[in-house]
Amino acid sequence: MNHKIAQFSYRYGALIFIGLVLLFFSIYNQHFFTYNNISDILRSISIVTFVAIGITISLTVDGFDLSAGSTVSLTTVVVAAMMVWHQMPLILVLIVPLIIGALVGLLNSFLIVKIRIPDLLATLAVMYIVSGIHRTYTKGYSIYNNMQFQDGTKAPGVMLDSFLWIGQGKLLGVPFPVILMLVAVIGMHLFFKYTRGGRQMIMTGSNEEAARLSGLRVNRVRTLAYVASGVFAAVGGILFAARVGSGQIDAGSSMQMDALAAVFVGYSVFGAGRPNVIGTFFGAVLMGVLVNGMTMLHVQYYTTDIIKGAVLVLALAVTFVHRKRQKV
Amino acid sequence: MQKLGFAISARQQVSELSLAEKQLVLIARIMAEQAKFVIFDEPTAPLSMEEAERLFTIMEDLKAQGIGVIFISHRLPEIFRVCDKITVMRDGKKVSTVDTAETNANEVVHSMLGRAFAEEYPKTFVTIGEPLLTVSHLAAGRYVKGVDLEVRRGEVVAVVGLVGAGKTELSKLLFGADQPEQGTIQLNGRNLHSKTPYHALTSGIVLVPEERRKEGILVKESVLHNLSLPILKKITRMGIVSHIAEKKHGDQLIQSLGIKTSSDQQLTGYLSGGNQQKVAIGKWMQTDAELFILDEPTKGVDIGAKRDIFKVIGELAGQGKGILYLTCEFEEAIGLADRILVMCDGKIMKSFNYGEASQQDLLYYASAGREELV
Repeated sequence: MNHKIAQFSYRYGALIFIGLVLLFFSIYNQHFFTYNNISDILRSISIVTFVAIGITISLTVDGFDLSAGSTVSLTTVVVAAMMVWHQMPLILVLIVPLIIGALVGLLNSFLIVKIRIPDLLATLAVMYIVSGIHRTYTKGYSIYNNMQFQDGTKAPGVMLDSFLWIGQGKLLGVPFPVILMLVAVIGMHLFFKYTRGGRQMIMTGSNEEAARLSGLRVNRVRTLAYVASGVFAAVGGILFAARVGSGQIDAGSSMQMDALAAVFVGYSVFGAGRPNVIGTFFGAVLMGVLVNGMTMLHVQYYTTDIIKGAVLVLALAVTFVHRKRQKV
Repeated sequence: MQKLGFAISARQQVSELSLAEKQLVLIARIMAEQAKFVIFDEPTAPLSMEEAERLFTIMEDLKAQGIGVIFISHRLPEIFRVCDKITVMRDGKKVSTVDTAETNANEVVHSMLGRAFAEEYPKTFVTIGEPLLTVSHLAAGRYVKGVDLEVRRGEVVAVVGLVGAGKTELSKLLFGADQPEQGTIQLNGRNLHSKTPYHALTSGIVLVPEERRKEGILVKESVLHNLSLPILKKITRMGIVSHIAEKKHGDQLIQSLGIKTSSDQQLTGYLSGGNQQKVAIGKWMQTDAELFILDEPTKGVDIGAKRDIFKVIGELAGQGKGILYLTCEFEEAIGLADRILVMCDGKIMKSFNYGEASQQDLLYYASAGREELV
């Protein structure tokens, strides 16, 4: 009996917790559980969710990606610069950052797969490099419409309206970034559940050597995972620029940590005990709800980090206590 | 140390000693503690013949000093060499205790197995065909120093050798998991340069590795997913894995190999050793592999599953596959193999046909033929 309760709470504990948090905020603030606020929350987490999906993929192959946040920073300023400084067409503005994300992923996997630097350290180094590049590129300034250069001249371009719509527009009353996010979450969930590529990633992460000795090309699988991680971070960067309407410097640094937290909270969703896209999504939702609800309750912005950290500890404790108990 | 007849300085770091020397340090410590009984648990497994002989002398010394010695081993010649009384255990129970003088090796084997030796090995004889695998002068690192061997279609070739002879390293080279420095590997007369196990698999070589839980199976994944891993490509259409085909494939293997599992969703790590091994072998069955390399496949496997595994090996040979069976259990090689190659110190020392070799012969060559000790 006890065992059954433990099993049930392990599987559904995280979802019940999210439900309770929602209930709590709805009772304390009548404006909380409204369509506008809910869609606000979803829009606010959409960018982090993209970054988090990328990190989920790298964790699925038993890797780690600390460079995702700096990739967001780099791609955000690059898209802004392409429009404001160089007045490039929309299609290029969308493709170039994706290529940049893929290149960062390739650099990561080169260091990790070929040179065999441990993933955490390799992506830490790449994080520094990428964020250095993005500051060097912008000379430390954020990029905005017709910005003034130091020599007094003005930048020729503005952020395109069609581009801004990606971050700010709505489709059938739903914010477009939310639609993109849901498509990505469902798409990646199906990818891991039904495709060979997804299965290969999961198996590689489960035991790389056994997967290799089962005839998987694990180096290729891991390379693809890091490239995917970089590309998802790049999408986050595009969305951020489109949402804010400028190229903010260091936009991604806070996102790295928020995304990681979402991914690890996600371990406990449905008792998965391993990285999973659906869990990551709910992790991001929980974090978004907490920030939004506490802001409405006029909790200090800084204080919310304490709560976020506590929730992360709780989720990790549930996951790892359980993992220890059912050691295979 | 001097009493033990060994030249080890007391100041040396233990990590610098050889295994045999480490053992002696342990024994020296036991002497210092003035023990009344000493239990040796498979002490000779890592030792050479010469070192083992020295250990037996020490055991006799202990006996002479009135210290009781319990010697746990599965090596019958050694037991008959040193013991006064023999107790046989099977499946965690005592089967019999007899004076050494009143019994012989066959009787002991019979009570160890609960049946006669011949029944243990369901050897099938099939027509042996064309050469499948030809290896010449294969060498890499400290453990494989120029191996020549041949496996024909339908043939079971055993490579026997003591621990550290280089068998596992050889198997990894053949499977492309490690890269040879010298020599050639030919399959069906074509030269192979497998850069990875993936390449070896696509050319028709598969390996059941020795480290089952680390390398043979993925303990955290379901039986179904373990079994389908090497054939994912076959059951994938447009990138989507067919769950129906996967289940059909998995359930059929579970049934035909008699894998005891509560369901195909069970995590493989929860199965017994023998059933895990069946998964590790079974996952290769539906690939197009022509050469099966099995590295110590019966390690930690119960007797029932052992027989099942032997039967599978017979069936594979019957289908015209080649089997390379690497083991340090000499009696398995004698019972199963059409040909036995004895490996010692990275080289093949000797080849025997079925029925030609005794355990003594194998041991003789496996320990580099130091004749004076046998």
